[in-house]
Amino acid sequence: MTATEPARGASGPGPVPVSLDPSIAPPGTRNFRDAGGIPADRWHADQNGETLVPTHCCFCGVQCGMYLRVDKGGKVFGVEPRNHDINRMRLCPKGINAYQQVNHPDRLTAPLMRRSRDEEFREASWDEALDFTVSEIRRIQDRYGKDAFGLLGGASLFSEKTYLVGKFARVALQTKHVDYNGRLCMVSAAGANKLAFGIDRAGNPFSDILLSDCLLIAGSNVGECFPVMTQYLWGARDRGASLIVIDPRETAIARTADIHVALKPGTDAAFFNAVLHVVVAEGLADEAYLAAHATGWDEVKETVAGYPPARAAEICGVPAGQIVQVARVFAGADRAMAWHARGIEHHSQGVENCLTVINLCVATGHIGKPGAGYGTITGQGNGQGGREHGQKSDLLPGGRSITNPEHRRQICEIWGIEESELPGAGTSMMEMVWQMQRGEIRGLIGICNNPFVSLPNYAVVKEGYDTAEFHAQFDFFLSETAANAHVVFPVTTWAEDEGVMANAEARVVKHNKAQEPPAGVRTDTWVMCELARRLGAGRHFDFPGSREVFEELRIASAGTVNDYYGITYDRLEETGGIAWPCPATDHPGTPRLFEDGRTYHPDGKIHLQVVEWHPPMDPYTEEYPLSLTTGRTVAHFLSGNQTRRLGALVEQTPRPWVEVHPSHGFRNGDPVRVVTRRGSEVFPALVTEAIRPDTVFIPYHWPVPTAANALTIDALDPRSKIPEYKVCAARIEAAERIDEVPEPPTAPGHRAYPETQVSRTDPLPPTAPQGRGTAERS
Amino acid sequence: MMGRTIFIDPGRCIGCQACVSACRECDSHRGKSMIHLDYTEPGMSVASLPTVCMHCEDPVAPCAEVCPADAILVTADGVVQQADTTRCIGCSNCVNACPFGVPKIDLQAKLQLKCNLCYDRTAYGLAPMCATVCPTGALFYGTLEELQAERPGVQVADSFVFGDVVVSTGVAMVVPAEKVQWPVPGGLPVVEINGVDVR
Ligand code: SF4
Ligand code: SF4
Repeated sequence: MTATEPARGASGPGPVPVSLDPSIAPPGTRNFRDAGGIPADRWHADQNGETLVPTHCCFCGVQCGMYLRVDKGGKVFGVEPRNHDINRMRLCPKGINAYQQVNHPDRLTAPLMRRSRDEEFREASWDEALDFTVSEIRRIQDRYGKDAFGLLGGASLFSEKTYLVGKFARVALQTKHVDYNGRLCMVSAAGANKLAFGIDRAGNPFSDILLSDCLLIAGSNVGECFPVMTQYLWGARDRGASLIVIDPRETAIARTADIHVALKPGTDAAFFNAVLHVVVAEGLADEAYLAAHATGWDEVKETVAGYPPARAAEICGVPAGQIVQVARVFAGADRAMAWHARGIEHHSQGVENCLTVINLCVATGHIGKPGAGYGTITGQGNGQGGREHGQKSDLLPGGRSITNPEHRRQICEIWGIEESELPGAGTSMMEMVWQMQRGEIRGLIGICNNPFVSLPNYAVVKEGYDTAEFHAQFDFFLSETAANAHVVFPVTTWAEDEGVMANAEARVVKHNKAQEPPAGVRTDTWVMCELARRLGAGRHFDFPGSREVFEELRIASAGTVNDYYGITYDRLEETGGIAWPCPATDHPGTPRLFEDGRTYHPDGKIHLQVVEWHPPMDPYTEEYPLSLTTGRTVAHFLSGNQTRRLGALVEQTPRPWVEVHPSHGFRNGDPVRVVTRRGSEVFPALVTEAIRPDTVFIPYHWPVPTAANALTIDALDPRSKIPEYKVCAARIEAAERIDEVPEPPTAPGHRAYPETQVSRTDPLPPTAPQGRGTAERS
Repeated sequence: MMGRTIFIDPGRCIGCQACVSACRECDSHRGKSMIHLDYTEPGMSVASLPTVCMHCEDPVAPCAEVCPADAILVTADGVVQQADTTRCIGCSNCVNACPFGVPKIDLQAKLQLKCNLCYDRTAYGLAPMCATVCPTGALFYGTLEELQAERPGVQVADSFVFGDVVVSTGVAMVVPAEKVQWPVPGGLPVVEINGVDVR
C-alpha cells in the first residue's frame, strides 16, 4: 500500500461500511478499522466459493483448532471456530482476530536494508539483502572468530523451523551462540521436569483436568493468558472439583477459587515447602508410593521441616491457616493436579519453585494417573516444541545434550559433519545480550523474536544491540527490534506455510497452509537455506519446504526421550494431534506420563530435589519498598508486535497501566510514576482491591516508554537462565503526565492512515481493560 | 420452557471479550459487536457479565411492541430480529423500551442495531458466534437438558421482575440453585439484597 491509496476501511465503492462511531468509541482508542481491523472487503468476499482450511491458532500454548476462511481468490478473510479436541470450538479474542494479520497493511513485503543505523531503511532485492548479510557474517567471523556471530530463534516458529535454527547455527554459521525466546518462557519448568522425571514436558493432557478432584493453579492468570483452558477448569468444577489459586492478584480465576492464596511475589518456594511441611506433619504423604518410586524423599522431608506454616506465613504474607488448608485439600483429594506458569517460573529460583510443586504432587501420590499429575501452561504456541529440537543453546535435536559425546556423535552422523566441526554449548538469550554489550558477540540474526520489548532491563538490551556491528531480523511486521536492524527479511505468517507445533500437553498438532505468501515474502525455511547455501553449506540445507525438514527431524529424534519418529504429517491430519514420545508409526503417542510408575531416568525413579527458599535478587529497601510484578492481558500476545496492530485488540486494551491498591491514595487514571533501580516510567493508575497493598502490577506488551521491561531486573535463575521478570523492588509516586504509547514501527511507505488515528494518551477506557476491577472514588 | 437458546452464567465470565470479538466477525452483524460486557463490581473484583438480547417472550419483545415503523420482527421460533433497515426510522423508541438495555442506535447510519441470536447461523443449526467461542461457557447455546447434562444441578431463571411487570424471556440466566423459580428483580438474577430476601 502506498501513501496515496485510500486507507483500509475508508469508504470505497460498494456499500458504505458501518463504522465505529467516534462519538461512542471509548476515548483513547483508535477506530479498529483504521488500526488494521476486519478487512475492508470482508463482507464482500465471495463467500459462496469460500473454503475452510483447518489449522490452529498461532498464539498461545493451548493451540486451539480453527478454520481459516479463504475466498475464491485464495485469500484469507475470516475465521470460523473448529470443533477440535483441544478447544471444542472455543477461541479467545486473540484467536478470533489472528487472521487479520495475514493480509494486514503493515506486512513487510520486501527486504529492508541499510549499511549503518544512521541511515533510513530502503527496500532491497532479496539477492542484495542476502549477499550483504553473508558478507557481514564472513567479515565478523573472519575477524573475531566463529563464535562472534549469534543466532536467536523463537518459540512461535513451527518445530521444523526451530530445528533448522539449531542446525543453521551449528552447521552453517558454526557458532555455539544460538538460543531462543522460549528462554523467557517456560525453561524453569523444563529444567525442573528434567531433574525430577528425566523428561521435559507436562505429565498429563488437558482432558485429565476434567477427571481431577482438586486443581492447584500456581502463578497463572489462566483467564487471560490461557483463556480456553478455563473450560476445562469449569468442567472439573461442575463435577465438584475444588480450585486453589496461588497469585498475588485476584484474577478472574482466583475470584472463583475455593482458596485464593495472594502471596507476596517471589515467595513461592517457601509457600510450597510449608504446604509439604503440613502434609508430612499431618501424615498425608503417600509413603508407599514414595518408597516404591522416588529418591530423595528423606532429604526433602528434612528440609520442609524447617518451613512450619507460621514461618512461611511471615515470608509470604498470607495467613498460616491458608497454608494448612491448601495442604489438606490438595493431599486429601482423590485425584489432584497442579498447573503452573510464569508466575512461579519467572524467578531467580524458577527451577526450584517448580521443583517444590513437583515435590508436593509426588509426596501426595498425585502423579501418573488420570486426573492426577502436573502441567505447565506454556506461553508461546510452540513453547514446548520450540526447544525440543535443538535451538536451545545446550540442546541438540531430540533433546540431546550438546555436551554428551554420544549424543554429539549421533547428531553429527545424521547431519553428515565431523564431530570436531560441531560447536559446544553456548549461552542463554540474556547472556548473549550481555556479550553483545561487551563486544564478544559482534553480529546477530534474530528470527521471530522482539527482545526490545520482551527482555528485562531495556537499557542493557538496547546497548547490547546497538553495540553489535551487524544485526539482521526475520519478521512479518517491523518489530521494535527489527526497526533497529541492518537487514530485515520479510517472512511468512503461520497461515502461509505448513508445520507442526507442540502445545502445553506436548501434543504435536499440524498447521496447514491457507494462502500463498504475498509477493516478495519468503518462508523462514527458504531464507535460512538460502543463507546456508551462500555460506557454502548448501548440501546440508537442501530443503524445499517444511515437509522435508520434518522428515529429517523425525529421524533425528528417533530413539531419544523426545521421540517424534512415529509422528507423520498424514497421521497428524487423521488424528488431530499426537503426544510425544511416539517411537513408531503405529504407536498411539503418550498423552499421560508415568502410568507404569516409571520415569525417564535410567533408574526409573522420580528424583525429588531439596529446595531452600531464598529472597528475590532485587532487595527491598526504604527507597524501593514495593514488589513490581508483570504479566499479560487477554487481548495481547507477548511483545505485542502482532496484536498491537490488530484493531479490535488495540481497542480492547489500548495501553498499559499500573495496578495499585487503594491504600496508596491514588485515584483511577492518576499518573503514577513507577521507579525501580533500572529506571522509571509513568502509567495511569488502575486502583483495585484485587492486588496486594505491597505489590504493583504492569502488563508487559508495550515498548518504551511504556515498557514494564524497562523496569524489570535482568537477574537470571542460575540453572534455567530465565530472567526474574515476576519480582523486583519498586516505589510509586505521583507524576504530572502519563507516558504515551508509541505506534508500532512500520516499513517506509506503509501505514497510510496516521491522520485518522486518535491519540492514545487518554488514561483508560471507561470500562477497565479486560475486566480488571477499577475503584471509582472521589 | 425454552428450546435451543443462550444461557448466560455470569459466574463463569472471565471478561475476556472473546464474545465481543466473535460477534463482530459474524456475518449478520458485519463488524459491529452486539454484546455488551459489563464490569459489575468495579474496584472490588474483576467480575464481569455479558449482555445479549434476552428475546423477551411475555410480554413479547417490548422493543418490537413500541416500534412505530413495525421494523422489528419476531420469528415464529421467538427470535427478536434486528430492525429491518428498510423500515427503521432511527427513532430510539426500542432503546427506551428494552428493559435490558440491548438495542443501540448507530448514530451515523441512524439505524437500530441489536443481537438477533445470529439468525443466519442458528437457522442452520449452528450456535451463535458468541456462545460458540466463549472459552468458559459463560455463554452456552443449547437446550436446558444439554446444559444440565454438562453442569449437573445447574438452575436457571427465565423471568425477571421490573417493578410491577414480570418479563419472561427466551434467553435464560444461571442462578444459584436456591434462588430459582422466581422472577428476578431489576433485570438481574438477584433475589437477595443486602442479605434480605426480596421475594
Ligand atoms: S491465544 Fe491461545 S487460547 Fe487464545 S485462541 Fe489462540 S490458542 Fe486459543
Ligand atoms: S467470551 Fe465468555 S468469558 Fe469471555 S467475556 Fe464473553 S461471556 Fe465472558
